[in-house]
Amino acid sequence: MSDRVAVVGAGEVPLRPLSPRQSYREMGFEAATRAYDDAGVTHQDIDSFVSVCEDFHEGTSITDEYTPDQLGAVLRPVHTVAGDGLQGVAAAVMLIRTGIADLVAVEAHCKTSNILAHEQVLTMALDPSYERLPGITPHFVAGMEMRRYLHETGAPEDAVAMVVVKNRRHALSNPVAAYGEVLSPDDVLASAAVCAPLREREISPPADGAVVLVLASEEAARRTPKPVWIRGVGWASDSPWLAARSWGQASYASLATQMAYQMAGIAKPDQEIRFAEVDDTYAYKELQHLEAAQLIPRADAARIVLEGGTRRGGRLPVNSSGGSLGMGYCFDATALYRTAAAVRQIRGEAGRAQVERAATTGTQRGLNQIEDCEL
Amino acid sequence: MDPRQAPPYVPLRGHPLTDDEFREREASTAWAPRLEYAWDAGIAISRFLEGLGQGAIYGVRCRRCGRTVTPPRAFCELDFKPMDEWVKLPETGTINTFSICYVTWDMKPLRVPQIPAVIEIDGTSPRVGFLHLVGGVRGRTVDQIRRQVRVGMPVRAVWKPPAKREGAITDILYFAPVRKRA
Repeated sequence: MSDRVAVVGAGEVPLRPLSPRQSYREMGFEAATRAYDDAGVTHQDIDSFVSVCEDFHEGTSITDEYTPDQLGAVLRPVHTVAGDGLQGVAAAVMLIRTGIADLVAVEAHCKTSNILAHEQVLTMALDPSYERLPGITPHFVAGMEMRRYLHETGAPEDAVAMVVVKNRRHALSNPVAAYGEVLSPDDVLASAAVCAPLREREISPPADGAVVLVLASEEAARRTPKPVWIRGVGWASDSPWLAARSWGQASYASLATQMAYQMAGIAKPDQEIRFAEVDDTYAYKELQHLEAAQLIPRADAARIVLEGGTRRGGRLPVNSSGGSLGMGYCFDATALYRTAAAVRQIRGEAGRAQVERAATTGTQRGLNQIEDCEL
Repeated sequence: MDPRQAPPYVPLRGHPLTDDEFREREASTAWAPRLEYAWDAGIAISRFLEGLGQGAIYGVRCRRCGRTVTPPRAFCELDFKPMDEWVKLPETGTINTFSICYVTWDMKPLRVPQIPAVIEIDGTSPRVGFLHLVGGVRGRTVDQIRRQVRVGMPVRAVWKPPAKREGAITDILYFAPVRKRA
């Protein structure tokens, strides 16, 4: 039996700052309908379902109870991952490679506009006894991390601003992105300090959305029109002790990508990978993650970004979807939107966002470093 | 088992818990979360809630499997197809199951119990229930209430006065037993 796994279907609704017309279930139904149609399957063909959501983001407890209907998964095997969307993809890969399922649907959605005090939810991610500094926005964690990153690498703040400029512009070519815009680095640098050095425009703005992917075993994938093979997956968590983290470097992303590269048999990621979708929840994270993923030599990311090397037409296109800065940040659904974007790149279906030569080498692995970088 | 053979129900004893009873004296960290949400009801539930505000219970019918359900949904979760044939339902139904509850969610004893129930609205398909309260029942003890409320019993919605309705499930105050079907 083959142990190859492919993404065979992707469906999403456009990301938007507000989505008052539809409930999250109605958005999920739309995304699932698109994904199943894309894969040429029905809900009855799916063997197992993975939903990715967290109670505090939903405002309901035991929120996994509410995920089956919109996937066509009533009274079927469903489980929920309270983590990153990519962990849902990893769970699906394992379900398939262990022979439990041939077709698995992975769903994530986000109704961030329904959370009236999101920073309160973020604050609750910090240890209640010794890390919740009263009265400070939890973005302070990112401000400290950015400071240390700039300190260790000598990267100029212009390079961080350039990430925003690039991703917002990329988003203009992506019809599901919410925040496409033409900005100059000065526009970014002139935006207000939130937790200096972190500026307002360097923080991904939130967006609502829903996305569903269908994954398949090799046998099942052969029956679908457009399989995109997953060659490697990896994940890692950073220390829960904030003060003991390696603030300048994204160690978790480094470990996660090493795991994925090993599985994929990739020895020289900077030469073998044609494009990457990496986490840019905060603009400096894109630089940090490119280094952690060994796509750019350490401390070179700033120079390469400033020279345009990570633009859509550059040597290594990064976040040609627009990233979170351009598409909008949608919690656990973020990584699945990016996976869907990567699938379209590899199929050559990305339209104006298409990266040249993407189709010749599949890459899911740049994606795998997204976990655990929210804080 | 015949309920008449079971030992009699005894009322719950106790009093509302105080703060001191909740908290131990060891060092602890207190945090009052400010979790506030405003959920988009969506296409189907919005129309349902508007209907309640006007004193009507709406459902939807699946053109494929023929089920009629309320609360309505935008898609049939069994057939995975859009569900958009709207029907106005009667305000009567049948009790599928119920419980007689003597404790509030924050552990205060109730002398007059609450009776949550699954109500199957007339005109809907089997196993399509509606969670609400049974009311308009006299008495406090289990035995007194069991004499008036039974599984399979017909009930009718008792509404808030029109001026006080707000397009919420609570626009129906409760479902009261009806002796004879209209």
